[in-house]
Amino acid sequence: MAEGAERKPLLEMVQADGTDGNCVTFVLHDEDHTLGNSLRYMIMKNSEVEFCGYSITHPSESKINFRIQTRGGLLAIEPFRRGLTELVDVCQHVLSKFEASIKEYRAQREEEMD
Amino acid sequence: MVKTKPVPYASAVKGEEKAGAVSRDGEAGPCSGACAVASTLVAASRARGGERGMAARGGVEEMRSRVVLGEFGVRNVHTTDFPGNYPGYDDAWDQAEFEKNFRVDVIRMDESTLEFDMVGIDAAIANAFRRILLAEVPTMAVEKVFVYNNTSIVQDEILAHRLGLVPIRADPRLFEYKNQGDEEGTEIDTLQFQLKIKCSRNPCAVKESSDPNELYINHRVYSKHITWVPLGNQADLFPDADLRPVHDDILIAQLRPGQEIDVLMHCVKGIGKDHAKFSPVATASYRLLPDITLLQPIEGEAAETLKKCFSPGVIEIQNIKGKKVARVANARMDTFSREIFRHDDLKNFVRLARVRDHYIFSVESTGVLPPDVLVSEAIKVLIGKCRRFLDELDSNHMD
Repeated sequence: MAEGAERKPLLEMVQADGTDGNCVTFVLHDEDHTLGNSLRYMIMKNSEVEFCGYSITHPSESKINFRIQTRGGLLAIEPFRRGLTELVDVCQHVLSKFEASIKEYRAQREEEMD
Repeated sequence: MVKTKPVPYASAVKGEEKAGAVSRDGEAGPCSGACAVASTLVAASRARGGERGMAARGGVEEMRSRVVLGEFGVRNVHTTDFPGNYPGYDDAWDQAEFEKNFRVDVIRMDESTLEFDMVGIDAAIANAFRRILLAEVPTMAVEKVFVYNNTSIVQDEILAHRLGLVPIRADPRLFEYKNQGDEEGTEIDTLQFQLKIKCSRNPCAVKESSDPNELYINHRVYSKHITWVPLGNQADLFPDADLRPVHDDILIAQLRPGQEIDVLMHCVKGIGKDHAKFSPVATASYRLLPDITLLQPIEGEAAETLKKCFSPGVIEIQNIKGKKVARVANARMDTFSREIFRHDDLKNFVRLARVRDHYIFSVESTGVLPPDVLVSEAIKVLIGKCRRFLDELDSNHMD
């Protein structure tokens, strides 16, 4: 992975020696349970994933180790990318539904006022 | 492993022992324990051929959809609906299915509070929204205080801390984060406020009076005394903006004649993770929707006792053919006092549970932004987090 030396890296990939790309620990800098747990849920929902879990290395370090193991030789980066994309889709749907409900509530309120 | 055979359902789950646990190996992940339990229950439900549609009580469906509050503990706490955990269920992610089941209902909303139901989402994501509301939605707050004169009894650093906690009504979306190392603030990242006040004797006061309100002028310093000092072109940028503290009546200090406070404040954009003063909410929390089931009819005096075990409005007593019969009227009102478990004659006839995917959110804004805007912003923050990593993946692959 290419990391800019001048800039703090955002994402690192760590692989044990002798393993293929299907067992990878992603190091997500400046993240915690907020992204860790929701992303873990999305990735666990993928049936090609054998294992997915994360840990916070130390309370005073702001990074998480995010582990993905896949089945059938699939590269671990694929479910990682897919999980992120799906989480964006989920959020976008939640956002549109939420804003629609708020709008509806406001309209209903105005009707009552009249 | 979780023991999933509560007393009241025992008779319904005949042959569970014979069905036996079919613990499968090779099931990596944090829920391998739950998998084994799930298999047991599936086998058990097959054994009784889904009799009387009991799936909702004690079966796999209960495990998947309810968090059950037993007398000595809470069961089915963790999410287990992952692919491979339950035979006969397709638990792989399905966006269309999610969109079909997902729902948001606004219960009530005013300028500072919002209560809404979010149904059909997992705890991991609902909790992410809550956490972001508390700690990652940006607001503006006083970060630097330049003390030109402070002869009050409040020490400089205490005064600075108190000023920092005053919520400022300024839309943080209109500002940028201040770069680290920048000494001077500019109009795009800093708001300047001034607090200049001096206490004096009231010449018109009655001689015998002992009331400080009458004796002194300006002896109480309130947040309303804070005034905005535009930087650069801010006066043109925000011509109608009423940039001031949210509340006018926050007491900052008390003075006596001759004492004065003269400070200049720099207000910057920040997030609650860095300092609680940036948190945009007073509270942001959720609870799961209560679900109370009476497992058999409860009549007469027992019905009255049952009613008293729950919060007002939860249990209602109907009069059917001259008999008092208890009915669950509105489980949502319940606070789960668990009083029912002190009644040995009743506790086995009631199931206390919570609906796993029904979140009752309650968001109370500090007044900086309306609560509905805060929730929208929180969702956008989570999208932003994902996008940041997706962009990083894309740029790294190109190298």
